[in-house]
Amino acid sequence: MTAMDRAAGPRRPGYNYAFLDEATKREIRRKLLKAVAIPGHQVPFSSREMPMPPGWGTGGIQVTASLIGPSDVLKVIDQGSDDTTNAVSIRRFFAETAGVETTSSTRRASIIQTRHRVPETPLSEGQILVFQVPLPEPLRFLEPRESETRKLHALAEYGSAYVSLYEQVARHGRIAQSYDYPVMVGARYLMRPSPIPSFDNPKLDRSPALLLFGAGRERRLYAVPPYTSVESLSFEDRPFRIELPPRRCDLCGATDSFLDEIVADDAGTRIFACSDSEYCGERQRAQGLSVVAP
Amino acid sequence: MYVAVKGGERAIRNAHRRLAERRRGDPAVPELSLEQIREQLGLAVDRAMCEGALYDPRLAALALKQARGDSVEAAFLLRVFRNTLPRFGYSEPLDTGAMAVERRVSGAFKDLPGGQLLGATADYTHRLLDFALEEPQQPAPPGEEPEAEAGSGSEATGLLPRALAQLGEEALIEAPPADEGAPVPDITRDPPLFPAERAQRLQTLARGDEGFLVGLAYSSQRGYGNTHPFVGELRQGRVAVELVPEELGFAVEIGEIEVSELETVNQFTGDAEHAPCFTRGYGLAFGRSERKALAMALLDRSLRAEELGEELGAPAQDQEFVLEHADNILATGFMEHLKLPHHVDFQAERELLRALRRAWEERRSAPEAAE
Repeated sequence: MTAMDRAAGPRRPGYNYAFLDEATKREIRRKLLKAVAIPGHQVPFSSREMPMPPGWGTGGIQVTASLIGPSDVLKVIDQGSDDTTNAVSIRRFFAETAGVETTSSTRRASIIQTRHRVPETPLSEGQILVFQVPLPEPLRFLEPRESETRKLHALAEYGSAYVSLYEQVARHGRIAQSYDYPVMVGARYLMRPSPIPSFDNPKLDRSPALLLFGAGRERRLYAVPPYTSVESLSFEDRPFRIELPPRRCDLCGATDSFLDEIVADDAGTRIFACSDSEYCGERQRAQGLSVVAP
Repeated sequence: MYVAVKGGERAIRNAHRRLAERRRGDPAVPELSLEQIREQLGLAVDRAMCEGALYDPRLAALALKQARGDSVEAAFLLRVFRNTLPRFGYSEPLDTGAMAVERRVSGAFKDLPGGQLLGATADYTHRLLDFALEEPQQPAPPGEEPEAEAGSGSEATGLLPRALAQLGEEALIEAPPADEGAPVPDITRDPPLFPAERAQRLQTLARGDEGFLVGLAYSSQRGYGNTHPFVGELRQGRVAVELVPEELGFAVEIGEIEVSELETVNQFTGDAEHAPCFTRGYGLAFGRSERKALAMALLDRSLRAEELGEELGAPAQDQEFVLEHADNILATGFMEHLKLPHHVDFQAERELLRALRRAWEERRSAPEAAE
């Protein structure tokens, strides 16, 4: 148990369980079922106003609200950390409106809502990872019109996405996309994985957990069912590669995690530390260190 | 250790406390009451109701108080509250022809049946700061009613015929769309897909940001999709809201709301089969938000460009551009989310940029090896 963990408690009076009314939750669950049935396909839904601003995770919050029940254990992370302000705000929202138990443990959580990261600890069957998605449409910056991009998806016409990657190669000598790296889901739909670093893309491929994506402001839901292939876009002669310099976490020594670069004092000393605070803390504990939060 | 965005719980609690202090301001100054806001900042209340898409002047006053006068934040508070209300039905269409009119002007007609009623307007004031308002005003002594002459703004008692009806008699203007009893789409229940039909467009414009709508409407007047509007009629006043409860089967009045309605007369259409006639744009806004209603009417008309076979290309004619960006709650939410931590993506970009620069330096220092 850490300070983040909190047992299930009383709910905020005057509001429905998990804020949304039951009809809305049912609509979202129906749309999620459709999304699961067509992996990577964006399903429109009638996104509601939530007590947080659209663009601050309301899509993910609505997905979580539609799924959560009293027996769930919820973890919320932002930038990999349980302790960033927006993660705290969302976790508290569900603690108050759904009275659920919250945790920082990736293993213990039944639902993990995330912004910008996939946890380092591998997920398992039965877990649900809910992504907050700012812009769901992978072709949006190539074609601003929704009426057009829907046609392109219907026809699986993804040439422009490859051209855009090729243009990066022509300009920089390599694919220069470090996050929100487009993926092909189930060899059919081009999908934005949300702005996770491309470092996290391989974790999506054939993940045993159900991956749900909610874009509240843009009113779209999509999903990757367990064990679905998720392939990062690449060329035969330019395979997808994670190109990060070899470094280790200054706090836990991990060499396999995504690292934040942190200015540690007023003299500008920099350290590198795991962005996944729970993973880092667990590793420090296992080594008998006194845990320092990154 | 320096932890800018972490250490959340306590930081958030402290921020909330500071916010409450700021909201209250100097405790030596008396606190605003909701009645004061509602009665004396009425146009701010109206705007919050429009963009919050909820007609409730008292709650709008509360939202303004809570938001420290920020109209977008106030609208946001109202929208979220609105979302928690049970939805027990849809009202009958408002009969604005039966409005208890308090203000009615037409720019297209010199005079019209029922007359021009200026009502409470700042249109013809000189915009000079009135230093007399620095001090509390004495209420006007009783018995000094405004002179009841035409155009002075005493509330009309009878029904006022619609200004554009006289054009209709000559068939100079397109007929208003008929109510065919078809179900009206609801943008809060059905996700918007494009092309959007007119009802969806009007609903989106009605809750859209006044500033954004005014800017776009203005662009259409300056040559980016000109629609040559005249104000056919602006009417302002109270209208009854009626609902048909299922168990009764007939309409009952459930209350009155104040609205501003604006109809524009615009330039012609016409082709081999259809005689040329004026076209219409329509705007409706809660309260006395007449600037909003006018901008909405101009945009309603410019968004009909495709339907009317006009040349396209201006932003104000582009459905996806106008409708997807008109909602200030969505717009500010997404824009302001830039304040949230993004350090993971930024770190990924930073490492990428370092690698790109390293490769660039290597290419530069060995130009012959580049090929």
